Amino acid sequence: MKDIHKFPISRRAMLGAIGLSAGSAAMYEAMLGMGYAATSDFKGPIALPGNARGASVLVLGAGIAGMVAAYELRKAGYSVKILEYNDRPGGRNWSLYSGDTYTDIGGATQKVQFDKGLYFNPGPWRLPYHHQGILHYCRMLNVALEPFVQDNNSTYVHSQDSFGGKPQRFREVQADYDGYIAELLAKATSQEKLDGLLDKDEKDGLLRMLKTWGGLDKDYEYKKGELASNFRGYDIPPGGGLQPGPVDSEPMARKELFNSTLWAAKFFPKQWDFQGQMFQPVGGMGMIGKAFGKLLGDAITYDCKVTRIQQDDKDVTVSYVSKAGGAPKTAKADWCVCTIPASILGQIPLEGVSAPMRNAINSLWYIPAAKVGLQFKRRFWEEDDAIYGGNTYTDQPIFNISYPSHGFFDKGPGVLLGAYVYRTGAKVYNFEALSAQDMIKSALEQGAKIHPQYLQEFQNGVAIAWHRVPWSLGCSAFWTDENRAKNYETICQVDNRIVLAGEHCSRLMAWQEGSVLSALDATTRLHKRVMAA
Amino acid sequence: MKNLMLAAATITVMAIPASAQPLPQQGGEAIYNGICQDCHMQDGRGGTGAGNYPALTRNPKLAEPGYPVAVVVHGQKAMPPFGASLNDQQIADVVNYVRTHFGNSYRDRVTPADVKAAR
Repeated sequence: MKDIHKFPISRRAMLGAIGLSAGSAAMYEAMLGMGYAATSDFKGPIALPGNARGASVLVLGAGIAGMVAAYELRKAGYSVKILEYNDRPGGRNWSLYSGDTYTDIGGATQKVQFDKGLYFNPGPWRLPYHHQGILHYCRMLNVALEPFVQDNNSTYVHSQDSFGGKPQRFREVQADYDGYIAELLAKATSQEKLDGLLDKDEKDGLLRMLKTWGGLDKDYEYKKGELASNFRGYDIPPGGGLQPGPVDSEPMARKELFNSTLWAAKFFPKQWDFQGQMFQPVGGMGMIGKAFGKLLGDAITYDCKVTRIQQDDKDVTVSYVSKAGGAPKTAKADWCVCTIPASILGQIPLEGVSAPMRNAINSLWYIPAAKVGLQFKRRFWEEDDAIYGGNTYTDQPIFNISYPSHGFFDKGPGVLLGAYVYRTGAKVYNFEALSAQDMIKSALEQGAKIHPQYLQEFQNGVAIAWHRVPWSLGCSAFWTDENRAKNYETICQVDNRIVLAGEHCSRLMAWQEGSVLSALDATTRLHKRVMAA
Repeated sequence: MKNLMLAAATITVMAIPASAQPLPQQGGEAIYNGICQDCHMQDGRGGTGAGNYPALTRNPKLAEPGYPVAVVVHGQKAMPPFGASLNDQQIADVVNYVRTHFGNSYRDRVTPADVKAAR
């Protein structure tokens, strides 16, 4: 980790700079341009007006939702305490570093062997630009952000059944799909096959666009030549002096491309959640949780396993034990924000909690997910393949290889994401059911079909199956549309003195933004209830 | 799940709930090892953290075969439902496997018809 505070320019600093140089009218225009209208439901920091008169709130869980709720309530004048199961803040906001150990619910322990300064995010790992809630807290906590490379034309798409199982560069796949689609559509247009659909002006406009978009020649053909190479790259790129290039590259055969399933990966970056710019905290996603934990200080009690939650008309009593053992303890407060995942909360005796709320909690199970981090002796993806960040996709169970978006050109070892197996049905359960060693072995075998260097360069790895994470029992809550209609409003209600928060109480499943928005909404409604009491 | 959704392999799968994709294993032992041991562990002893995965070893709740059949088909709390991704034969096989292993020795067998009736 180097130069942690060097990179970012905050939105406020940017607006300040514009305001200073161009006056307030320009600043107002700029604010509109940078407005929140097209982002998440985050409307800026919440206000909790009125005097809380030191009313006490017990927050269960020091993940993102719990810490957002605790921070905002403390700021509004509440006396806030947090109980946390782990010995660290963050919850699923979590990075693994050299020397860390992790023990899964089956008792299998892994010690992270990475070199110093390298890390791996077992949980969340990228922040969309429109997740303004979590980005707000990053700014507030001075958590430095850097670009996360989601798209990179040099990465691979790989299908076991296409092109003899040989990985194809995203650049070439994209250029050739675009080129051939443009060619077919241009021919259909110019051969008057679309005449009933398009008038003459539309046809002319479409043809001009297709020619540029697809790299078509004067006859509207997509074929080997400088126009296609300009998109898909060269066999020998343009050189200097007496060097031989450029030598144009040959597009893939249309039939083979169209018969392949490589197209699937092309659609991924189009989704709003993954569009540029994405960000990551410098030094690991866990930096957010760490900074939040530091800010909240001794308001957090670690190593607490909640064993019972009881409420009546006066207060909330939570029983817990230290993981190290010892006598059960209780904590009492006027109110409670509970961020314990539903997968665990459903197993804790809840007394005085309404039946509809208990049913809603019990209706959720958590989806499977597994990730494997692999350390290699050298950054061969950069040195040999010229891939600097971004994602390779394969139809093998590992699904996703992601190259680090930081430490470019480092000479030493690097850690990449060697598998991201996420809710793809049977494959996920089959992968999660492997031991950590076997997950790493699978990631190496499958990854080697794309990067043969894997076998030579591998040093060590760590594998996390989310159903085996002792404090979440899964990746994130699974809501069917039916269950959403039946139980979502209920789970979000303030149930007498208790309100739940977390990604499971949001419509942004498995995103940290869901935790933030849920926490802000829950605390706002809880505060209203307190003021009305 | 459109938000976090993946891509490539899953684009075609997005419209189908994960639980509705057929699971490839056949036979009680293979199904157990490919799916169930994820949480209940290879030897059926389950696990304990902030929450629990129940042990299947010498578990008296398995005495009445309708109970494990219902839990596998419909899920229960943190246990995902597998009714849409395992067929009647697969569920019968895995329930019979669990009821005759891990220190359990229940003789009565679950049939695919029993599973069908529980759906």
